[in-house]
Amino acid sequence: GAGSLIAALTIFVLAVIVGVEVITKIPPTLHTPLMSGSNAISGITVVGALLAAGAEHFDFAKFLGLMAVILATVNVVGGFMVTHRMLGKFQRRD
Amino acid sequence: MNRTWIDLAYLVAAVLFIFGLKGLTRPRTAVRGNLTGACAMLLAVIVTLFDQQVLTFGTILTGIVIGGAIGALFATRVKMEQMPEMVALFNGFGGVASTLVAGAEFLRTDDATTDVAIATAASGLIGTVTLSGSLVAFAKLAEFKFMKKVKPLPMSNIVNGVLGLVALLLCGLLVANPATDTYYWLIVLVALGLGYSLTIAIGGADMPVVIALLNSYSGLAAAATGFVLQNNVLIISGSLVGASGIILTMIMCDAMNRSLPAVLFGTLGPSADTKSAD
Repeated sequence: GAGSLIAALTIFVLAVIVGVEVITKIPPTLHTPLMSGSNAISGITVVGALLAAGAEHFDFAKFLGLMAVILATVNVVGGFMVTHRMLGKFQRRD
Repeated sequence: MNRTWIDLAYLVAAVLFIFGLKGLTRPRTAVRGNLTGACAMLLAVIVTLFDQQVLTFGTILTGIVIGGAIGALFATRVKMEQMPEMVALFNGFGGVASTLVAGAEFLRTDDATTDVAIATAASGLIGTVTLSGSLVAFAKLAEFKFMKKVKPLPMSNIVNGVLGLVALLLCGLLVANPATDTYYWLIVLVALGLGYSLTIAIGGADMPVVIALLNSYSGLAAAATGFVLQNNVLIISGSLVGASGIILTMIMCDAMNRSLPAVLFGTLGPSADTKSAD
């Protein structure tokens, strides 16, 4: 209903403000790891993918869910692991 | 598990994502920040498996095993200097995953309300632009041989404008006819072209900035999918990445002494008034 839309919009706007404020000064060496780490976080869409893939009957929508689970999991697992490797290099160099 | 407990766990995950992102901005806390984000993701995934909407687990397990194996393989095998192109590829996958989830939900509902239809169209458009744009960025950074033969489109700004207008028109048609699935896939098709035309003219040196921007897009696509599913953790995390991604994009532009329009519309050389913006 309209109430839940307003609640969702409220959450959206507040999260946007947090997102703007959370990134302030950041050293250039951390630009790529931050990009990579936040990219892994955008893989949160895996939650939606799980819901789509967990349906009872196998139809085209569930197939799309399976594809989404695979792609989002690559994003999440690959993203966090690549970020971890980048940061390891970063720490050794300093 | 009760709906309330799932939503509370999502709240914890969202808070951990915020702290994780904050941690990633400082050298001393960066490693911990990344691990915090990974833990938040694990928590979100585990509680989702207890959702009443999840009735079977075979497909989910198959997807997680395949995706996890591919992701881990890529992440461990890739050379250090190939990291940015790997991030681009992962980012494209995340973007299109949002599109597929919104598409799956759209197929299942015949009477989408206007707000859900708008969110569905947004997810289809932004997620797919993220995919094709990221694939172009990946191919450019990987320096594939065939990329040298690919020429930028003539009058690319006009092509971008036309494709953008067609995409928006299709979004309007989808919202007006939420029972017709065809418009969604037409949006996806046009968005594939739009993502390509937006990025193909941009030079290799500017690619890190483009990847940062596309990363922001994939966050927005996830947030749009959150509106489709009415799922708070998707809305919060997606818009968090969307907003912080824009800020990081501008910081990276600034560090290269470039303005964002100059990067996006292919003006060569450093721009004169970048520093005066702040």
